[in-house]
Amino acid sequence: MRPESSRFARAVAIGAAAVLAAMALDSAAHVLLAQNAFGGQRPGAEPQIGGIVGWLLAKQSEFYREMSSTIRAARSDGSAVWTLLAISFAYGIFHAAGPGHGKAVISSYLVANQETARRGIALSFASALMQSLVAVVIVAVCAWLLNATAKTMCGAEKAIEIASYALIAAFGFRLVWTKGGGFMRALQAPRPAAAAHRHDHGHGHGHHHHDHHHHDDHVHDEHCGHSHGPEPAELAGPGGWRRGFSAIFTVGIRPCSGAILVLVFALAQGLFWAGIAATFVMGLGTAITVATIAVLAVSAKDLARRLSGAREGGGALFMRGVEFAAAGLVLLFGVGLLFGYVAAERVTCL
Amino acid sequence: MNNALRRSIGLLLLAGALALGAGTAQAHPHVWITASSQLIYAPDGSITGVRHAWTFDDMFTTYALQGIETKTKGVYSREELGSLAQTNVESLKEFAFFTFARADGKKEKFLEPVDYYLEYKDDALTLYFTLPLKTPVKAKELSVEVYDPSFFIDFKLADKDPIKLVGAPAACQMKFQRPSDGTAVAQKLGEQNFLSGDNSNYGAMFANKITVDCP
Repeated sequence: MRPESSRFARAVAIGAAAVLAAMALDSAAHVLLAQNAFGGQRPGAEPQIGGIVGWLLAKQSEFYREMSSTIRAARSDGSAVWTLLAISFAYGIFHAAGPGHGKAVISSYLVANQETARRGIALSFASALMQSLVAVVIVAVCAWLLNATAKTMCGAEKAIEIASYALIAAFGFRLVWTKGGGFMRALQAPRPAAAAHRHDHGHGHGHHHHDHHHHDDHVHDEHCGHSHGPEPAELAGPGGWRRGFSAIFTVGIRPCSGAILVLVFALAQGLFWAGIAATFVMGLGTAITVATIAVLAVSAKDLARRLSGAREGGGALFMRGVEFAAAGLVLLFGVGLLFGYVAAERVTCL
Repeated sequence: MNNALRRSIGLLLLAGALALGAGTAQAHPHVWITASSQLIYAPDGSITGVRHAWTFDDMFTTYALQGIETKTKGVYSREELGSLAQTNVESLKEFAFFTFARADGKKEKFLEPVDYYLEYKDDALTLYFTLPLKTPVKAKELSVEVYDPSFFIDFKLADKDPIKLVGAPAACQMKFQRPSDGTAVAQKLGEQNFLSGDNSNYGAMFANKITVDCP
């Protein structure tokens, strides 16, 4: 790149980073400040990009409502189970657009951590599987084994919900902590140094571009031990799975209210196994949507990295900034959920 | 393609993906309630409260009945459902009973519900309860809306005689509005809300609105 064009590129990248940060802040502020007109009421959930809203909503409700009649039908007609599975699958695909399914956490985590698309897909599927598993375990233990009331079950759900929000916040805090370091270094680094240590490993190779540069000026804190922020390349490699698990756990621990309702209903109809099958198929559908969003996020970031001229100091700064912002998003999201400022799918407690 | 253009496209993609990922999408209903309501008036023409009868859908009914002991299987007496009814009204408090009243434009508050019980009939639970107004009020124009702002519950007014005025002055005129089909409205309002950034009251577009004009 010629010098003047690279300067221009840098200026554009920095400007864009500022705009992106402002956007993230704005949406965060909206979420945090959204107050309902009715005292004590949680703010309503946030509509998604208009136009498709109505259609998505109508579809989800349609599928969901069909589930109960299909389970009833399956009592006398075994073939209805296939219909149930098909509906559950479709419902999962549409429903993943809803909150509480961790797509925000997964996408932000992937963006913050220079993950590959393949790992994004794996994480999406693993967390959806865990989510289904948790729902089945809750209903199996509470309703089937203990014959607990809805009130008890709902208490268990609530406890898990709070734990999962705390986990998201903790996870976000950890990401912010490590990504904040990278961002600060990118800010402080003299341009040539930054250019020298910045490799483009965006193509999923995950080989060992260890940036030993980091080790020199990294500010250790005692809680951190030897674990300074993992290098992206390390993360994308085999050892990164340990970190991946925390993402899976964070996202997957909270079951979907819809799945719980379906399971209890199936149990009451004497078709618990059909409910379990439906739950896992629902999870499969959810995973597909989440994986699609995750891949989109990863590809967009790859593209942005390439386009922002990552080899330039400004480009590196820009990418560190994006990662930092994504990490911040996870933290904000967790804190927001924890304190009830972000509306999540409500636990069924009436 | 020049650099700036490529860059902008990349950023747009990134922003879009983040928005998709990070935006907490709206909930969609998991519970359906068919509601019919009575507005209760005192002899002096002031409204004293709202009496609701809410029938839950199949799936939620089953969920709510989970673990409740009965003498006869599949038959639930009012007494056997007593503690569940209590749990229901206690939980509903957190959501302001999904009932929002205005008298001549001023918000009215409700007291704790009274006369509440559950009835199980035709595979469905119906919750009956009365919400007394904190201060009975004579209003020229009264509005009562029933909806869940977060749209976890979809309220639908019963098909037949959903609203009754009990003891209202003869001159009072009642009208009610259903949230139409929902889809078209949701789409339209969804776009509006999205553009204006005001999304704190998403469920309002699915509100059932009752108005009573007493000249």
